[in-house]
Order: sequence, then C-alpha cells, then structure tokens
Amino acid sequence: MAAQAVPLYLPGSSVVHRTGAGTKLLVLLAAGVALALWRSPWQVALAFALVLAGYAVARLPLRTLVRQLLGLAWVAVPLLAFQWIFASWQTGIGVVGSFVSMVLLAGLVTLTTRTTAMVDVVVRACGWLRRLGVDPERVGLMLALGIRSVHVVIGLAQEVREAQHARGLRASPRAFAVPLIVRSLRHADRLGEALTARGVDD
Amino acid sequence: MPEIRVSHVSHSFGDGSARRTVLTDLDVTLTEPRIGIVGANGSGKSTFVRLLNGLVHPDSGTVTVDGRDTVRDGREVRRRVGFCFTDPDAQIVMPTVAEDVAFGLRRRGLTKDEVRARTQGALTAYGLSGHADHPAHLLSGGQKQLLALASVLVTEPDLLVLDEPTTLLDLRNAAMVRSVVDGLAQQVVLVTHHLDLLDGFDRVLVFNEGRIVHDGAPAGAVVAYRALATA
Ligand SMILES: Nc1ncnc2c1ncn2[C@@H]1O[C@H](COP(=O)(O)OP(=O)(O)OP(=O)(O)O)[C@@H](O)[C@H]1O
Ligand SMILES: [Mg+2]
Repeated sequence: MAAQAVPLYLPGSSVVHRTGAGTKLLVLLAAGVALALWRSPWQVALAFALVLAGYAVARLPLRTLVRQLLGLAWVAVPLLAFQWIFASWQTGIGVVGSFVSMVLLAGLVTLTTRTTAMVDVVVRACGWLRRLGVDPERVGLMLALGIRSVHVVIGLAQEVREAQHARGLRASPRAFAVPLIVRSLRHADRLGEALTARGVDD
Repeated sequence: MPEIRVSHVSHSFGDGSARRTVLTDLDVTLTEPRIGIVGANGSGKSTFVRLLNGLVHPDSGTVTVDGRDTVRDGREVRRRVGFCFTDPDAQIVMPTVAEDVAFGLRRRGLTKDEVRARTQGALTAYGLSGHADHPAHLLSGGQKQLLALASVLVTEPDLLVLDEPTTLLDLRNAAMVRSVVDGLAQQVVLVTHHLDLLDGFDRVLVFNEGRIVHDGAPAGAVVAYRALATA
C-alpha cells in the first residue's frame, strides 16, 4: 500500500526510540547539511550504511525498510539513470544515494518518535516566534496536521483510482488530478470546521 | 440537562441574487436528554445543529446553551458542546489514535499523567485500547468514527451533537456507534436518516425547507416525515 511508504511511529524500546526527539531532529538536520557538502560515492555509501545500521539498532522490521525502498524506487531509479546518462555515474550515486539516505533517515526518526514528541520540540524551538506574534502551538499543530493530511490524501488518491477503475476509465493525469483536488479541498473545508468545533481557535 | 434555547432564528447563505434562506424563524427550547432531527437533504438540519456550538452564527435571533450565547460566549459554549460529524476522517487531526484523543485535552490545565490516564480511559471505554499507537488512517470506518467520538467525549461535554454519525458506516459499525450513544449520560442531539436510531428518543424534530414542521415523539415524527417524503 502506498500509504506505508510514509512511515509512522512504531512503538519500541530501543536506544533509538529512547533518544530525545530534539536530538533526533538535530541529527537529521546535521545529516542534511553533511550530505549537501559531501557527495562522493564513498561518502554516500558510508551514510547509507549508517542509516541502515540505525534501522538495525532500532530493531525495526525489515519489511518496513523494504517497503520504503520500494516506494522510493519509483523516483530513485529513473533519477539515477538520468544522472548516469547526462552526467556521470559518480554524480548519479551521489545525488540519488544522498536523497535515499535522507528519506530513510527521516523515516527512521518518524518510526521511532511519537508525533506529539516531535511537535513539542518544534513548539519549543519556535518559542522565539512568539515575539513576532506567531503562536508556536499553531506551528506545531500545522506539523501534526501535515503528517496526518499526507495519509488522508494518499487514501483519497486510492479512492479516486478505484472509482475510475470501477467505471472502466483509463488512467489519465487530468482525470485523476481533478477529482483528487476537489476531494482534498472538501476535506480541508471539513477539517477546518472540525478544528473549530474542537476548540482550536478558542 | 442543559437548556438549548433557539429564539427567532433565521439564516441565509450567499449574497445578492444567490442568497437563499436556509432557516426561517425557528423558535424552540430543547431540554430533553435525547433529541432527534430528521428531514430531507437540504432542509437545514446541519445548519441548525451548527448553530448549537457557534459554528454557524445566526443572521437574526439568538441561540443559547444554558444561558450562554453561542456567538458572544462561543469559547465557553464549545467547551460544553461536543460535536461529531459525518466524515470521521475530517475530524481526526493527529496521526495516531491516542494522540488524537489527547489533543482535545490540551490547554485544559491537566498534567501529563492526567492526560495519559484520561486518554487511556477513553480508549478502553470505546474499544480502542488495542490501537493506541496505531496510525488513525489504518482504522476501519467504524473504528474511525469511534475514535472521533472518543476524542470528543474525553473532554466530558454536557451536550453531544451528532450530525449523521452513521451515514458512512455499515450496519455493524452503525450499531457500535449507536450503543456508545445509548450509553451516554449527556444530553444528545442527533441528526440522522437512519430512523431506527431514534427508538427511545424523547423528542424528534422534523425539518422541511428550513422550518420545523413536526415536533413530538419518535413514532409520530416518523409518520410525519414519511408523509412529507411521499407528498
Ligand atoms: N456554507 C454554505 N454555503 C452556502 N450554502 C450552504 C452552506 N451550508 C449549507 N448550505 C445550503 O443550505 C441548505 C441547507 O443545508 P444543510 O446542510 O443544513 O441541509 P441538511 O438538512 O443538513 O441536508 P443533508 O441531509 O443533505 O445533510 C442547502 O441548500 C445547502 O446547499
Ligand atoms: Mg446535513
């Protein structure tokens, strides 16, 4: 299922699970900077190996990793081929390897951290925004809603595709995009109302 | 039971030539524990119940819940009035089950332990304790609606408004939602097209074109509603 390409917290008691959400987000940030600077095939291979080691230490099921890799293959394989042909294999490995490593590392963080814990970190980190009149709680809520919305929209996309199959329509990007956008907007509308009802604006 | 007072309320949507009156001079006081609302599509049921927690502000007239005006004291009213919508996906705001229940308890001055205990209690009460850390999007439709209910009920509202909570559910899931609603001590206002949900209700309002055309016990209301549909 496509929805599982976007991983979500899997309860556990490993070292990775017990590490604070703030630390994990900092590591993610640092890894992003490092991979932007160092992209030789060896450096990328090392980064990839470290990420895999992280999954092993977190004792996450192998199939979670495989599923994510399969989900990424759609983007990674054409991208690699493209870079290989138009640049060099070194560039290809560098670009695609760092991209895959970063997505997997982000996945490792979300798989081992409760959303609430991440939201709390973001709320604390955004405390200075209060002086600019921005409510940090709102920023945190937007983050949580963003994660939740990815799942909802993937579900809506599946519904649209199934409805089209059922009516025997052939897949065309527009016949897919239009109903998906309409449903997403309707969802956003209802969500806004539900948030008000749950006292978000109060 | 809270006293819901709707005084001379009218409401329209749209501007200019597109302006349409959706509710016309409604005047009703609701104090019974179980109140049902039925009526054709577009007759104004949803608009009416959205008045009760200030989601819709009436163009004219006033709505109060236990003396609190839904426009002026909207915040106080929303703390007392829980609202459950038709589409559970649109009501769940956090990615996992327990987090969504806990979401309703933030900014209520509770400690982390109190939030955890109350969340756990609600999950157990509504048969979701085995799913606490599961992603909400992997629940079945019925479980999602139970989660939406749990997330509202954990805040202990005095009044629960439900707008067609079983419309998207199959018979079994609808029965689960029904049994939760039956067991509640709170006042309930329920909009539905599933007339059997109204068995045992104290009072049923029948809406037609923005007016209350019948107000009484369920049996009589069902007869009045059927007569309208076949007229
Ligand atoms: N936000 C809005 N903007 C414009 N028109 C609206 C809005 N909400 C409702 N309406 C219109 O008001 C009328 C009453 O709608 P309402 O949703 O209250 O009906 P309902 O009785 O709940 O119908 P249903 O059984 O289909 O849910 C409808 O004609 C609808 O199109
Ligand atoms: Mg409605």
